[in-house]
Amino acid sequence: MSDSEEPQQKTVIGIAFGNSNSSIAFTSPDGKAEVIANEEGDRQIPSALSYVGDEEYHGAQAKSHLIRNPKNTIAYFRDFLGKSFADIDPTNAHSSAHPIQHETGVAFLVEEKTDAEPSTLTVSEITTRHIKRLQESASDFLGKKIDGCVITVPTDFSEAQRRLLAEASKASGLEVLQVIQEPVASLLAYTAREETSHPADKTVLVLDIGGTRTDAAVIASRGGMFTLLATQHDYELGGRQFDDALVDHFSKEFIKKHKTDPRENERSLAKLRLECEATKKTLSLSTSAQISIESLAGGFDFHSTVNRLRFDLLSKKLVDQIVGLVESVVKKAGMDLSDINEVILAGGSSHTPKIASRIQQLFPSTTAVQAPATNPNALNPSELSARGAAIQASLIAEFEAEDIEQSTHPAVTVTPHLAKPIGVVIHSPEGDEGKAEDKVYVFLDAETAVPARRTATFVGTNVGGDVLIRVVEAKKESVDVTPPKEVKEKAADEDDEDDDDDDEEEEEEKVIKRVTEVEKVIAEALLKDVKKGQKVEVMLNVAGDLTLTITARVVGGKGGIRGTVPGRAQ
Amino acid sequence: MNVVVTKHTLLPAEPEWPHEGGFHILEHLSEPTHRNLEPVGPHYLAHARRKRHHRTFSEDDRIVAAQQAKNVEDADPGEISEPEDAMLLSRDPKDWKNQDHYAVLGISKYRWKATDEQIKRAHRKKVLKHHPDKKAAAGGVDDDNFFKCIQKAMEILTDPVKRRQYDSVDESADVDPPSRKAKGNIYKLWNPVFDSEGRFSKKKPVPRFGDDKSTKANVEEFYNFWYNFDSWRTFEYLDEDVPDDNENRDQKRHVERKNKAARAKRKTEDTARLRKIVDDALAMDVRLQKFRKEERLQKDAKKIAREAEEKRLVEEAKKKAEEDARRKEEEEAAMKASKADAKKAKEAAKNAAKKNKRVLRKGAEDANYFHSDGAAPPDVVANVLADVELLITKLDNEELDVVAKKLAGLKVSDEIKSVLVDGIRGSVGKGSAAEGDFKVLLK
Repeated sequence: MSDSEEPQQKTVIGIAFGNSNSSIAFTSPDGKAEVIANEEGDRQIPSALSYVGDEEYHGAQAKSHLIRNPKNTIAYFRDFLGKSFADIDPTNAHSSAHPIQHETGVAFLVEEKTDAEPSTLTVSEITTRHIKRLQESASDFLGKKIDGCVITVPTDFSEAQRRLLAEASKASGLEVLQVIQEPVASLLAYTAREETSHPADKTVLVLDIGGTRTDAAVIASRGGMFTLLATQHDYELGGRQFDDALVDHFSKEFIKKHKTDPRENERSLAKLRLECEATKKTLSLSTSAQISIESLAGGFDFHSTVNRLRFDLLSKKLVDQIVGLVESVVKKAGMDLSDINEVILAGGSSHTPKIASRIQQLFPSTTAVQAPATNPNALNPSELSARGAAIQASLIAEFEAEDIEQSTHPAVTVTPHLAKPIGVVIHSPEGDEGKAEDKVYVFLDAETAVPARRTATFVGTNVGGDVLIRVVEAKKESVDVTPPKEVKEKAADEDDEDDDDDDEEEEEEKVIKRVTEVEKVIAEALLKDVKKGQKVEVMLNVAGDLTLTITARVVGGKGGIRGTVPGRAQ
Repeated sequence: MNVVVTKHTLLPAEPEWPHEGGFHILEHLSEPTHRNLEPVGPHYLAHARRKRHHRTFSEDDRIVAAQQAKNVEDADPGEISEPEDAMLLSRDPKDWKNQDHYAVLGISKYRWKATDEQIKRAHRKKVLKHHPDKKAAAGGVDDDNFFKCIQKAMEILTDPVKRRQYDSVDESADVDPPSRKAKGNIYKLWNPVFDSEGRFSKKKPVPRFGDDKSTKANVEEFYNFWYNFDSWRTFEYLDEDVPDDNENRDQKRHVERKNKAARAKRKTEDTARLRKIVDDALAMDVRLQKFRKEERLQKDAKKIAREAEEKRLVEEAKKKAEEDARRKEEEEAAMKASKADAKKAKEAAKNAAKKNKRVLRKGAEDANYFHSDGAAPPDVVANVLADVELLITKLDNEELDVVAKKLAGLKVSDEIKSVLVDGIRGSVGKGSAAEGDFKVLLK
């Protein structure tokens, strides 16, 4: 569709720059995004830099210095970028180098060299060094110089922050082609995986549970184009809180044995937290995990085990919070939970099985939850942003800077979106019998960016004769369906195949169905003399000025009918 | 374009259609909401392309399709394949060593210049034409001999090592060098020869023979290259078949040795042949003569210039000497003339002086030697004469002249005496005579 078939001369990568971890990905010649491991074999590279002696450590090595050398180890700095000292929340950086006030915003005071005075490093400077290391890892892996990158940022990053990030990257020698939003990148990673060149229309919730924060976004995906409908953030909910739940659990156990609280000693706490993080990761894969720390506190070693059930109990409150966040973002988008067709779990903490299963319970079973615990084919949630960025990078690699600038200009991105779904009334049983059935086949769902067009074929008529094509704006209604009654499919996903819908969901006593109803009839068209069983192809085309063109014809037949409803402006 | 196939049934129409035509508008679409599309993904980029270039869906589809179609066209350029003659078609595939592989594939005009791509395409064309199944289907005889020839040619020409071996002995590609007596444009005669010989060079690019505009450096480089020619030409292709039965090892080794010797011999011959070609070219190369002539002319021009310079210097010297001599002569002549004049003047002065002296003496005599009366006694005469003689000696010619003029016409003795005394006084005043020297005149 785009210029992706052109031979790629430029080497471009995608960078997911996280507050806790960063990852880098590239697109292989066959169009598959792959995440790059750094020199130590990490695909999730901790966003941390540590200065010991004259050496600079990066990634996992730097993170391990949080125990021995926390004052000269900088971590969790991304969210400080472009913010004033008054606006930042330094909680996360408590156990690493502390942020200090600086004329450009926030900085860190670290001993970079053995004998020199401690130097003040601004967040931009740290970001530059971090990206430089990521770039080196990528170019070592690929064996080529990296020409450009696409970086992902959270949706709440301001324009100024994005610009600063691009500048910081440029200072490290890496040109930023585009800065894109994390949830959109995650969605792109999944969309690009689909075989079809015409992705189905759907509404997706991207839940990104990171190390220090959780972000939820509702995105309308219409014909492969994405529109953010609502976002919600929780800056005090993330993998760290899950670690802390384990830290508290093990601390209590340690106190019982040794009458010492490891949380009172900074170093013990750092040790324990690091190990708890590893234990948590193990629990995502197996049902029980061990922890063993030498000389945790007071010279005592610590060994223990924890099973997944215990961890689920410990983190129940946190999972509840996540569920609350999901509900609030869907509400903010003005939708019902059942309007969400797909949930994508992103971020490292999404490996936790309990989160995935709770989300799955929250939504109707027709909603696909993309997480390793619920879908064995799901992509690694930690890698989604980087993959999406790499795919985008490969798409725009050959573009001129001016082309990218023009394509991302608000004049192009700001587009009218349909307020109501547009469809064609279909034949359905009268009265109660047809209560739980769709009255309208939806061509273009609400929030579809125009211009847009869709085509569908119908069975013209079961008896033969003239056929009425009634184009309407639709609405969705909740219908109470009692279990014994055979349940028909709800309406939201008009493009999904109908076959696998009938044999699902009968476990709950009261089932609420969402069906499409006619809201407003726009136009009617008459297609004459359709024989029994003949197919009718209908195409709806909405132009940029909301002019609706309806074309209908009998498949294989001659002629047909065509009509235009002018936009309101005319 | 994507068409979704549904199982839904459309509404049956009311028996009465109350509107005119088949289409009836009731309402407009609701007001849209303006939202930001995420500038991400292939579909967005397509959307941006349409929006920026103001294309509709179908226009964009057509343009994109046209671009793709063009790409396909580029990959299939025009073809070349020569038809084969009857001789070629009736070849025995077992005699593949003597077969012209390029001719079999129909690319004999390209020969060693044919690219792998050309060979591949030529082969495909021939296969499509001569495949035995096709011949059988067309009702022809079941004859796959030529097909075997094609396959053999393909086998050799697609293997870089085998192709080089074949190219080494592919005499059809050789261009015969012109004989020494050949007349005509030597560049037209020799360029093709060296272009064809150049195919064996390990070093690329091969310098060309060039034309009459080639510089001396180019020509020198050319001969340098060809006298130090590094060739990859081998003669394995002409090897005698080595018997591959295990029984007679000696025989096998013998053949191998013979082959090796034959190869070495051919290689030496080839080197000698090439050497002779270059020698011939060198001998015929008018450019070398031209360069030599030019060089000589240059040298001569220098020599002439030098000689002219020398001649000029000699002439200049000669001229100068003549000039000098002439000037000297003139000077001498002038001197002589002036000397003669001086002598004359001197003599004139002498005569004048003699006359003046005589005037003086006469004056004294006229005055009767200043004796008052009668003939003056001899002693008086002697004394006066002595004084006059003294005065004459003391006076130079001019004073004498003055005194003589004063005396002229004077008859009175006192006047004569005063003139003489004045002369003496003047002489004394000048310091040339003393008063005491004069005996009488001053008394």
